[in-house]
Amino acid sequence: MDRDRSSPHSQSVSIVLCGQAGQGIQTVEYLLTRIFKLAGYNVFATKEYMSRIRGGMNSTSIRVGSGPVCAPVSRIDILIPLNKGALQHVESRLSAETLILADRETLGADLDRSDYTSVDIPFTQTATEIGNKIYSNVVAVGAIAGLFDIELQAASKYVERFFADKAEDVVHKNLAALKAGFDHGADLAKSSKINFDIKADTDIEQQVLLNGSEAVALGAIAGGCDFIASYPMSPSTGVLAFLAKHTKDFDIVAEQAEDEIAAINMGLGAWYAGARAMVTTSGGGFALMTEGVSLAGMIESPMVIHLAQRPGPATGLPTRTEQGDLELALYAGHGEFPRIILTPGTIQDAFYLTQQAFNLADKYQVPVFILTDEYFMDSYYNTAAPDVAKVKVEKHIIQTSKGYQRYAFTKSGVSPRGVPGYGEGLVLVDSDEHDTEGHITEDLDLRIKMVDKRLKKGELLKDKVVPPEFKGPKDYQSLIVCWGSTFHIAEEAVQKLERDDVALLHFKQVHPLPDQTADYLQMAKQTIIVENNATSQFARLIKLQTGIEIDNKILKYNGLSFTVEELTEKLREVFN
Amino acid sequence: MLLVPKVIRVKKTLKDKAVDTHVFDMNDIDIAWCPGCGNFPILKILKRALTELEISPTDLVLVSGIGQAAKIPHYFTTNVYNGLHGRALSPATAIKAANPALTVIAESGDGDMYGEGGNHFIHTIRRNPNITNIVHNNMVYGLTKGQASPTSRKGFVTPIQVRGVFLEPFNPLAVAIALDASFVARAFSGDIEQTTEIFKKAIEHKGYALVDVFQPCVSFNKLNTVQWFKENTYTLEDHDPTDRLKAFEKATETDKLPLGIFYTSPPKPTFEENIGTYEEDRAPLHERTPDTKKLNDLIETYKIRL
Repeated sequence: MDRDRSSPHSQSVSIVLCGQAGQGIQTVEYLLTRIFKLAGYNVFATKEYMSRIRGGMNSTSIRVGSGPVCAPVSRIDILIPLNKGALQHVESRLSAETLILADRETLGADLDRSDYTSVDIPFTQTATEIGNKIYSNVVAVGAIAGLFDIELQAASKYVERFFADKAEDVVHKNLAALKAGFDHGADLAKSSKINFDIKADTDIEQQVLLNGSEAVALGAIAGGCDFIASYPMSPSTGVLAFLAKHTKDFDIVAEQAEDEIAAINMGLGAWYAGARAMVTTSGGGFALMTEGVSLAGMIESPMVIHLAQRPGPATGLPTRTEQGDLELALYAGHGEFPRIILTPGTIQDAFYLTQQAFNLADKYQVPVFILTDEYFMDSYYNTAAPDVAKVKVEKHIIQTSKGYQRYAFTKSGVSPRGVPGYGEGLVLVDSDEHDTEGHITEDLDLRIKMVDKRLKKGELLKDKVVPPEFKGPKDYQSLIVCWGSTFHIAEEAVQKLERDDVALLHFKQVHPLPDQTADYLQMAKQTIIVENNATSQFARLIKLQTGIEIDNKILKYNGLSFTVEELTEKLREVFN
Repeated sequence: MLLVPKVIRVKKTLKDKAVDTHVFDMNDIDIAWCPGCGNFPILKILKRALTELEISPTDLVLVSGIGQAAKIPHYFTTNVYNGLHGRALSPATAIKAANPALTVIAESGDGDMYGEGGNHFIHTIRRNPNITNIVHNNMVYGLTKGQASPTSRKGFVTPIQVRGVFLEPFNPLAVAIALDASFVARAFSGDIEQTTEIFKKAIEHKGYALVDVFQPCVSFNKLNTVQWFKENTYTLEDHDPTDRLKAFEKATETDKLPLGIFYTSPPKPTFEENIGTYEEDRAPLHERTPDTKKLNDLIETYKIRL
C-alpha cells in the first residue's frame, strides 16, 4: 500500500485507534509508537480526547513513514475501532481505501456498510482464550506489528519490559496476546498481499521520541530550572508532573500550589532567593497569574511562564487545542513593562527555547513566556536527541557588597541582581514604585526614571530575538506565515502544493517581533496567515507592529489542530 | 513517670537593659503611620526580638504584602520582599525553600493575611514552612481608610458596613489550631515585654509560626482602642500549649481575649525537609547547577532501545 506517493514526506501510513476513555488506547498508542521506533520507522502520534475519565470517544492517530513524519493527516489507512460508535466518531476520515481491522463480535452492525473495507480480527475472543478480554489491546498491538512485518522478538522484548513490574503470569499472557495478534496480522498481510512500503532507517536508533510536554520539561531542566510551583490544569500539567518525577535527580523543588496566584508568587519568591523558577498553566489558570506577571515587571524579576493554550473563554474545551491566548500573554499584567514571548514549533524548539528562556529571563530580569497548546503538548515524533553540551546555564547573580542597590541605574537599564544571604549587601524589592535601593517612593521624578529604566530593557530585548524560520525559494511570490504549533503542518502542506513560488515563514518568537518581519512580508505579492484561532491574533500583532495587513487568513477554531490535507486544501483555495 | 526538669533560662529583660537595635534601624525615614499607631511598638518589638536572637540583617528576609502594616520592611535595615496584596506567604515559603539558611518572616495586616490572602494562609499552615507569620490585627482597614476587615467585630459601623458588620469575624487562631499549625500565639502591641518573648519563641520555633498581634488603629477604629484591648484581653496562665483541644477552646473565647502561646503541635517535618532537596546537600539552590550527566542519561531513555 502506498498511500502517500505525492508527498515529499515519502510514504507514510496513517493508523487510527478509536474507543472509549479507560479502554487502554493510551497503552496501545504507547506500545505501538515505541515498537515502530524500535523497528527503525519514523513515527508521529497525536490524540484527541474528551474531558472525562471513562466513556466518551477518544482517538489516537499514529503515522508511520520511511521519512520524517511530524504532522497529523485526516486520512486513515488503518482503523482499529475498539467499540461500537467508534466508526461514526471518525466517519469523516474514512474512505473505501481505509482498512478497518475490527472485531465483528464487538462492532456488530456498525461494520455492515458496503462502502467500508473491513477485516474481522477476533480481538476479544483471542484475548479471552488467553485468559481475559483485557488483553485485547495487546492483541491489537500484535496485529499491527504482524501487518507491518515487524520483528516479533524485538516487539516481545519491549512488551515484556513495559509490563516488567506486573506479575509473571500477566507478563506471559501479554506476550501470548502479542504473539496471537501478530499471527493474525501476518496472516492478513500474506492473504491480502498488503505490503506497506515503509523503509527502516538505522539513524532513528539515535533519535528520541518526545512529545511537546516532555521536550518543554527537559528544556527547563537543561535551563537550570530548580523550582516549579503550579496548579494542575490540562494541558499544562505534564510539565509539572515531569519535573516532579525528577526532583531528586535535578534538585528541583516541585510544589502543587493551592491556586495559580500562589504558584506565580512562589515562583517570584524563588527567583528572588536565587532559584530558577517556572510555572506551567493554561489560559484560565494564567488569568489568575496576571498580577504576578505585573509584579515581575515591577520588581524586575526573572520569571518563566509555560502557557499551554486550550480553547476559551472560561473553561472552554478543556482537552482541546487553540492558539487563542497570544494577546492574553502579550497584554497580561497591569502597567507597562517588557516581556518575551517564545512560540516553539518543533520538539527541538521546545527543548532549546525553554532552555534559553531561563537565561533570557535571568539576564534581562523580565518574564519570558513559552506559548504552546494542547496539540503541541500531546503530539510526538522521533527527532534528533537534544544536545545538552550545546546549551549552558547562564546565571546572572552577583555577590553583593555593602551599600548594594538592587535598582542602581545603569546604561542598559539592567541592574546587577543580588540575592539575599550572598554577600554583604541587602536585597530589597518592592511592588510599589521604588528608589534605587528598593524602598517605596512617591517621588514623581524618580518614577519617570524608573519607568524609563524598565522600558529600556525592552529595547535591549530586540537585540536577542529568535529569528523566524524561513523555508522556500528566495524569490517567492506568496508567503505563508504561521507561529507556534502549526509549523510542521504548514511545512508539509506547502510541500504538497508543489509550487516554486511559495515560501513559509514560521515565528518562534512573536514578541518582541523579529525585525525582519516587515522585509519578509513586503517581498511577497500575496501573504497568507495560518492560525488555530478565530480572530487571527498574530496577524493583528503584525499589523500593529509593521503596519502590514496580511491578505489571507486561514483560521481553525473547532478545538482541533489543522491536518495536512485540510490546510493544503485551504491553501489551494487561496491560490486558485 | 518521668520527671522532666524545667529549663530555666535567664533572659535579658527590656526593663533593666535597653537593647541596642541599631543594626536594624534606618535613618532619616519618613514613616507613613499615624502618630500613636500600634505599628510603632510592633516595629520596635520585632527589632528587639531579632537583636536578642542575634540574627543578622543579611540573613533575614522580611516579606510583606500591602497595607499599612505591610510597610514595616521599609523601616528596617534588612533584605526586603514587599510583594502583592495578600501574597506574602507564597514568596516567603519559596524564599525559605530556595535558601533554608535565611530567617524568613512574613508580616502584614489582618486584611492582607486573612482576607486577600486567606487561601494562602490556610494552605501555608498545611505546608508548614519554617517561617514566622506576624499579623498586625487592628480589626480595620487602615490604608483604604476605615472599612471592615475580616476580624472586625460584629456591629462595627464603617462607611461601607453602614448597618454594622454582620459577617462572623474570622478567627485566625481557631483556624490555625484546626489545621494543626505548628505554633499559634496571640500578642498585644501594648505589652512590649510579653510580645518580644512571643516573637522570639515564634522565630526560634521550627515550622510555621503564627503570631496574631492586636494593635489599635488610632484613626479608623474608635471601638477597639488601647483601652479596649487592655480591658478585653488577659494573659494565658497555667496553659499547656500541647493540649490542642484546650487551645481550641481558648481560641474561641471572645468575651475576654486570651494572649500568649495557645498551641504548639507535636514536632513535624517542615516543608523544606519534606521536599527532600536538602537531605544530602545544604547548599541553597542558587549555588547549584543541573547534573548534565544525569540529564544526558534521562534523554537517552527516550531513544527507546532494548
